[in-house]
Amino acid sequence: MNCQCKSQSKCTPRKFADPSIDITLFDPFLEKYAGDDGALIPILQKAQDLYGYLPIDLIEYISCKAEIPLAKVIGVVTFYTQFRMNPVGKNLILLCQGTACHVNGSADIEHAIRDHLKVEEGEITPDGLFTYNNVACIGCCSLAPAMMIGSTTYGHLTKDKCVEILKEIEENAE
Amino acid sequence: MKITVGKGSCGIAAGAGEISAQFEENIKANNINCDIVTTGCIGMCYIEPIANVIDDNGKCTTYVNVGTNAVNEIVKSIQGLENHASKYEILQEDLDVLATQPRIALANCGIINPEHIDEYVARDGYKAAEKCIKSLTPEEVIEEMKISGIGGRGGAGFPTWFKWNAARASEGDKKYMICNADEGDPGAFMDRAIIEGDPHAVIEGMLIGAYAIGSDEGIVYVRAEYPLAIIRLEKALEQARENGMLGKNIFGSDYSFDIRIKAGAGAFVCGEETALIASLEGERGMPRLKPPFPAQKGFWQKPSNINNVETYANVPWIIRNGGEAFSNMGTENSKGTKVFALTGKINKGGLVEIPMGESIHNVVFGVGGGIKNDVPFKAVQMGGPSGGCIPAEIADTMIDYKTLAETGAIMGSGGMVVMDETTCMVDIARFFLDFTRKESCGKCTHCRVGNLRLLEILERICAGDGRDGDIELLSELAEQVKEGSLCQLGQTAPNPVQTTIRYFRHEYEDHIYNKKCTAHQCKALITYSVDAEKCIGCTLCKRACPNDAIAGDVKKPHTIDIEKCIKCHKCVDVCKFNAVIVD
Repeated sequence: MNCQCKSQSKCTPRKFADPSIDITLFDPFLEKYAGDDGALIPILQKAQDLYGYLPIDLIEYISCKAEIPLAKVIGVVTFYTQFRMNPVGKNLILLCQGTACHVNGSADIEHAIRDHLKVEEGEITPDGLFTYNNVACIGCCSLAPAMMIGSTTYGHLTKDKCVEILKEIEENAE
Repeated sequence: MKITVGKGSCGIAAGAGEISAQFEENIKANNINCDIVTTGCIGMCYIEPIANVIDDNGKCTTYVNVGTNAVNEIVKSIQGLENHASKYEILQEDLDVLATQPRIALANCGIINPEHIDEYVARDGYKAAEKCIKSLTPEEVIEEMKISGIGGRGGAGFPTWFKWNAARASEGDKKYMICNADEGDPGAFMDRAIIEGDPHAVIEGMLIGAYAIGSDEGIVYVRAEYPLAIIRLEKALEQARENGMLGKNIFGSDYSFDIRIKAGAGAFVCGEETALIASLEGERGMPRLKPPFPAQKGFWQKPSNINNVETYANVPWIIRNGGEAFSNMGTENSKGTKVFALTGKINKGGLVEIPMGESIHNVVFGVGGGIKNDVPFKAVQMGGPSGGCIPAEIADTMIDYKTLAETGAIMGSGGMVVMDETTCMVDIARFFLDFTRKESCGKCTHCRVGNLRLLEILERICAGDGRDGDIELLSELAEQVKEGSLCQLGQTAPNPVQTTIRYFRHEYEDHIYNKKCTAHQCKALITYSVDAEKCIGCTLCKRACPNDAIAGDVKKPHTIDIEKCIKCHKCVDVCKFNAVIVD
């Protein structure tokens, strides 16, 4: 399907501010969903899956290609917590702030992470290894306090245990 | 001979994946004829990883807290060698806790391999759907649901048959059967465990419901945060299609139905029906005014029925055993059982299935095994951010939609967070308001702005700047937020504030007037000092202090400079003599 938008410059040439974005990986997927009205969320999920985040020029591209008004696409991106417009570190730490984790001391765990990584929530560490985000319940309440790094869940955290886990990832990266 | 390892998300986090691999390796190395089988979560999360050894005669031995040593000993016992496996065997009291639970929704969780349809079928799986499609009319199915008296397990308890009936009565050639698996309540994980442990029960429930309302298309809306649930559900759907339980001409009839999965993108409000539909349509998940109800105009304006995961998981049992058997359990206005996620300061945290009508006290001190470290029990938080805190004094309250509502809490989807004396109730109210404020979709002014104002007042109180009149201000604003909000999120958001004021007003007063937090949670209201009689001057705390707030010579009592103290609690953590006083 050809882009219907008048401002060709947005769609082509396919250059993005972030040089790591290879749009040819994404195009087939966009075509698959062409004409499916309800597909905006899966489209955005796929894009974030591929590139780690949704930069504004990619959002513009999706808006053009999928023929969905830019305001609507940005509206959806900013509505759902899963979507982010900034890049994240190699390891995304999702620190659970659910009720069970809260009463079992997740605030202390957050301090330990912040002290160790020396970044604020959402920022990337200088080595590019980590970003941490506080998230709503990840559903492992019996292991509270808990966090997820990638697809691995760590439970029964203490301040020391948490720092050890981070150090191990750092060492393996070297 | 087979060994089952409980591999729900919780079990895997506790190390079940490694344990399973170690069994494989060990069994292979010793040339033993034994299968290693994956099951879902049986609910006893406090003793995971859990492994069952089932011998050729069907005798089952359960081992808990299984680690590398346990694996070695268990394999030795299988070989008939001398071993110490018995010390890893489950305690009788834990088995008793399991035996006392009537399991309907969780009947197969932790028992069958969720990735093999045969195991589900072997336990009467899909018999109920077959019976419905082959020998019952849709009206008869709905009638059976009516007899059962089951209410929606997502929280509100609205009669399921009524919804089905309304969707059936709605005119239209296209209807949708939707499963709400957007389990967003912090402190709840029942739906995750059911999908991970017994996905076919949910599929069968949806199939029966779809037949009853006359739908040919089903959608499961799952939280994106539940990757394992999505994988297991995908596998189950594929197997159901291969075996003719989904697709065209199901069980040889002319009835066709199929299900697809849609992953949510992280928005608590999408648990609300109309917001969920908006999200399915690729929009921002914002609720709209009802009516029209989804049964009349739902997904793409077509009649749609939405039920929760646990509701669907109950349906096959109801059809197999009859609605009456279900309604025999429970109380006059709450039938059957309810699954709860028991968490917080509890000894035996995990999933439990309780007959309606049981008291909260019995759940906490019976199946829950009481409070961690025997600290006094303070309250139970039920229903997540929409619910309320029920204090220990009225913990004999029955688990029943009506009686729980009278306390100001709600049944909710099944989160039951237990709190002890070290939990500050003002802080809990603040915590929930922080959550609902972030999750408000922003449509209604009272929810968007009112909840923020409530939060600001609570933050002020926790920071030690509470003022006379704050409690009254909170109460007044809470009422306005409830009245001025369109959907259940806004209408229930003030519940945690109202119930904590109702039952723990003295804690608010302590914070505001005495500038004290008796639970020692609000940092602005606590101070650290050293008990000179207990301190032996070991200097551990002095060295641990990150801000040089502790002074003192070796073997002489230390002192804490409260101006410098950042209340990081490290001195308390390192002191071996309990000499640091927090007040």
